[in-house]
Amino acid sequence: MPIKSAGQLFDKVLIANRGEIALRIQRACRELGIKTVMVHSEADADAKYVRLADESVCIGPPASAQSYLNIPAIISAAEVTDAQAIHPGYGFLSENADFAEKVEKSGFVFIGPRPDTIRLMGDKVNAKVAMAKAGIPCVPGSEGVLPEDTKEIIKIARAVKYPVIIKSAAGGGGRGMRVVHTEAALLSAVSLTRAEAGAAFSNPAVYMEKYLEKPRHIEIQVLADEQKNAVYLFERDCSMQRRHQKIIEEAPAPGIPLRSLTRIGERCADACRKIGYRGAGTFEFLYEDDEFFFIEMNTRIQVEHPVTELITGIDIVQQQIRVAAGQRLAFRQRDVTRRGHAIECRINAEDPYTFVPSPGRITSYHAPGGPGIRVDSHAYHNYFVPPNYDSMVGKVIAFGDTREQAIARMRIALSEMVVEGIKTNIPLHQELLLDDAFLRGGASIHYLEQRMAKRKPTA
Amino acid sequence: MDLRKLKTLIELVENSGIAELEISEGEERVRITRALPPGHHGAAQPPSVAPAALGGPATTVAAETTPVAAEGHVVKSPMVGTFYRAAAPGSGPFVEVGDTVAVGDPLCIIEAMKLMNEIEADQPGVVKAILAENGQAVEYGQPLVVIG
Repeated sequence: MPIKSAGQLFDKVLIANRGEIALRIQRACRELGIKTVMVHSEADADAKYVRLADESVCIGPPASAQSYLNIPAIISAAEVTDAQAIHPGYGFLSENADFAEKVEKSGFVFIGPRPDTIRLMGDKVNAKVAMAKAGIPCVPGSEGVLPEDTKEIIKIARAVKYPVIIKSAAGGGGRGMRVVHTEAALLSAVSLTRAEAGAAFSNPAVYMEKYLEKPRHIEIQVLADEQKNAVYLFERDCSMQRRHQKIIEEAPAPGIPLRSLTRIGERCADACRKIGYRGAGTFEFLYEDDEFFFIEMNTRIQVEHPVTELITGIDIVQQQIRVAAGQRLAFRQRDVTRRGHAIECRINAEDPYTFVPSPGRITSYHAPGGPGIRVDSHAYHNYFVPPNYDSMVGKVIAFGDTREQAIARMRIALSEMVVEGIKTNIPLHQELLLDDAFLRGGASIHYLEQRMAKRKPTA
Repeated sequence: MDLRKLKTLIELVENSGIAELEISEGEERVRITRALPPGHHGAAQPPSVAPAALGGPATTVAAETTPVAAEGHVVKSPMVGTFYRAAAPGSGPFVEVGDTVAVGDPLCIIEAMKLMNEIEADQPGVVKAILAENGQAVEYGQPLVVIG
């Protein structure tokens, strides 16, 4: 069993992920004096963070199933390199309770919550039950998995009231859902969603929720240690979405009464204490008519964590590592303050109008800079964006004293940014940063898709 | 060959455009290879899990007394683990250089998560080279044995 020397967090951490988050975690480790082991597929052998690592281990061919989702390969890599802890990043195995369990059983520290917490929050139905018990308001719905009985299903929908949304219990992250506006469409929608859930998540269980017409996606970042201290790090507004995938995120959320945010934040920190949460996590809500409705909890670091880091000055990834090493949080809720406004644009390798992925070699790359600009990207000049994984090549985050300044700085940054050889969604971001509804703030999660349905390409 | 001489030779390779330098002096022979850009692994290069520094080519020394460029089919590791040449400590190795192997003959063991996995020859022939050392950590795709 590897030994931790007193005062040192870990000697060596294995980073079980790729892309920009692998680089992010590596940076956090390096700053803390922790050696890094990067595991990678054959497709990522030339990654920037692989070259910068203290050690790297090829764990499989390009296909995710045989590499980044390959539990034995990752644990074996930790064994042969004598790592002490494994950071799972986001996506891949980060919310796989079996993986967390196997990591711990093999004698390593899993940088994240306990396996049973991950399991609880991974089942979206059980998560709602647990949250309701912990005092978190939830979207009204079927209060459990939908039964087989079609008469029952119709009765439940009438009680919840149309429109309703059918969701997969094992889904999450925007996958496995279907909206139903009328009773005539209900039963076939349920069967279809069940079939898809069975195929995608090996679990056909579905549940029903009230479908909110114009909600905003507001989420609360939390941090908790093993000594039952928990704090919330304010909120993020992630309403700019396409097909349930976030495109622009910001913190704080514009136009929400402070007391509403404080109340929901305190409830989330309280829920963490009640369920013994450990590490970083995010409570996701739909917000409508000044009410918050819990939809799901993510038991991992999120893509959009930088906007919270910039307004609070707290390094969330480092906090994850500290908590995993058994340290108590160095701050109380009253020490957590925020300043200014941060906006993040996700830069994807895709056509800005058709969203068709655009992998390939970046023949010319120039990152923006200047006051208040942060770029989290693993891309570099001549980097080959592999076709095997998601299309995000980086994130540009702008910070300002005000929302207006953050937006102005983001516009300038995107105008400076050069990514040639592949297509990116930078032109889409540039349009959105001039869009009236976005500039006003407070747009709903349906806004972007409604707007794009009317949009014509300018070139 | 003394260390000072070796050091001079290494510097020579580093500072020149030479990719490979082989020198024989009587019975001794030294080959110095400039490593290819990061991400590439040649079959003749002793494999390891240490990376090259970003931006600059690294230099490795392969000091050998016999020529190493083995030709043939390279058996690569199908998994991450620890390479062992024998079934158990104290037993004889499965194969030595020069042995004839048939398809299915065990060549080595990769140990991963406490499980021993036998790696079998997937082609018949003669073992030309064994490219990993007993007890060495190996990664997916790492060249292990050359069969010619």
